[in-house]
Amino acid sequence: MSAVAGAAPRAVTSRSASRRIKPGRLILHVFLIALVAAWLFPLFWAVYSSLRTLSDTIQNGYVSWPTQGLSFINYQTVWTQAEIPYYYLNTLVIVVPGVIFTLLLASMVAFCCTQFSWRFNLIVLMLFTAGNLLPPQVIIVPLYWIYLNTPVAMLGSIDIGNFSFALFSDNNLLYDQYIGIILIHVVFQTGFATFVLSNYMKTITKEITESALVDGANVFRIWWSVVLPLCRPALAAMATLLFTFMYNDFFWALILISHGNKRPITSALNNLQGEFFVNNNLVAAGALLACIPPIIVYILLQKQFVAGLTLGSTKG
Amino acid sequence: MANTTTSLAPARATKEPEAGALVARGRKRRYTLLTRQDKILIALMVGVPLALDLILIWGPTLASVVLSFTNWQGIGAVTGKNFVGFKNYQFLFTGYTLFWPAFTHNLIWLAWLTFVATPLGMFFAVLLDRDMRGTRIYQSVFFLPVVLSLVVVGFIWELQYAPTDGFINNAFGLVKSGRLIDWLGNPHINLFAILVAASWRHVGYIMILYLAGLKSVDPSLREAARVDGATEVQTFFRVVLPVMAPINVIIVVVTAIEALRAFDIAFIINQGKNGLELLSILITNNSISEASLVGFGSAIAVILLLISLVPIVAFLSRVMRTLA
Repeated sequence: MSAVAGAAPRAVTSRSASRRIKPGRLILHVFLIALVAAWLFPLFWAVYSSLRTLSDTIQNGYVSWPTQGLSFINYQTVWTQAEIPYYYLNTLVIVVPGVIFTLLLASMVAFCCTQFSWRFNLIVLMLFTAGNLLPPQVIIVPLYWIYLNTPVAMLGSIDIGNFSFALFSDNNLLYDQYIGIILIHVVFQTGFATFVLSNYMKTITKEITESALVDGANVFRIWWSVVLPLCRPALAAMATLLFTFMYNDFFWALILISHGNKRPITSALNNLQGEFFVNNNLVAAGALLACIPPIIVYILLQKQFVAGLTLGSTKG
Repeated sequence: MANTTTSLAPARATKEPEAGALVARGRKRRYTLLTRQDKILIALMVGVPLALDLILIWGPTLASVVLSFTNWQGIGAVTGKNFVGFKNYQFLFTGYTLFWPAFTHNLIWLAWLTFVATPLGMFFAVLLDRDMRGTRIYQSVFFLPVVLSLVVVGFIWELQYAPTDGFINNAFGLVKSGRLIDWLGNPHINLFAILVAASWRHVGYIMILYLAGLKSVDPSLREAARVDGATEVQTFFRVVLPVMAPINVIIVVVTAIEALRAFDIAFIINQGKNGLELLSILITNNSISEASLVGFGSAIAVILLLISLVPIVAFLSRVMRTLA
């Protein structure tokens, strides 16, 4: 601190503060607005390209004013021909159970590790946390083998139109199954969620758990009806974040699902790229359709989203 | 954030002497409130998730290490005859022409994120961490790309980079003059082209983490520096940055892990070929595709694992202090 004082003579502050700040602020705002424009430009460009007809861009080039007006025709094409709703459904049946099971398992582990002292609780937390930090490619080779060699019962399926959710497998394996993708998401993300929820649960006084034990509740009951309600803000934040993580996953479904029509939307984009996205207008429309759900979640739940990220990372 | 929460929790008593006992603790007396049923429940509540974690994460990690010493091709059992010692590694370092390029690309990725994207995110955070009209809107905009998948980020930037139809070449008149730059096809520049795209997302992520850190800095420190006559720049480098040391570690770790995980965007552009080779992509290409060189792919996985352990250990040693 003394170094700071020494380096900055009194004269610096005595320069009239009120007159100095305003032009400074103005320059800052101009700078930030320029940055914002630059930041939004790629997204704006995608929206603009997606709204132009192919004949318009062929005639005028992409960097031009639209002479034939703007339309949603590209969205319509992608929506129907590439069957985007079908891939949304694939994502939905993976992400919803994925988020729920992750939160259940992670909150159990976090509860047991933070509310009770036992010999290995720190090691358990470390295993979960470190496991989530590994690059997924490190484990993919043996995991792929496990998926190809684990028998899973075939107990029929839930069918909605031409969409079929197998219970629990339609080929006796974990490989190429929704349930397999759900499983790896749950296990992989439980590591992250456990870490974040432990940080949160540490702040709950152990006396609550203790007095509930004295009152005769068992630990399962305490977890479910005492601790979980107290963690509602953290659970909401984690749910938002996990939704986005699982929605945006590309790798697991790319490797662990072989039928393109079972892939969730983010992974499906890879196949659609060659097949349906034959020009930039359609690429733009497809990419934007694929990112609308997370953007909606972000707009509605921005606070939760940011809280989830910072809960996990600024502790310590 | 770390400081505000600890005061709520009761001070932790000294370490448990009798190992393994599940003991809830009173202030002075020690008594166990847990019944046998409770202990079984705790064992199950931890045991089931832990078993899954061990089977699907740590088991495969160890298996990768073992397989890296074999020439197994993914079919049948691994027998003694499959073990080939360090042959995979030997070939990796000396014979496999894609390894060193991929390794270098990962290093460039790491260097770029560390020295360009992460400092930029920190800079944005410092700019926005003040009482200012519109600061939340600015934050929301810079953070927006973070919610997009890297696949979509790749698509959105393809619209900028495409040789004849892309924005950049057209806007700079390179299409008309016929001096097209193939941003994604030229192996000398495509890595940097996708690094710009990846940074678009990374900067906002770091900004948000750093903003949270800046908010936790005691305002009286800055006030004191200001009263002492420090400029804003001096205050940041000599007062705020040192206080933020723990968060800086986390930022560095997050950056390193992002760099090692890089896969999606390179894969979506060109399957990670022709200048975009990465270790993560070599692993899958060698062991999952038709080639099915499981042992060899595992050796690359082990290299990636060993590199990843550096930031992972740094992270754990940092955060486990607060969880303990």
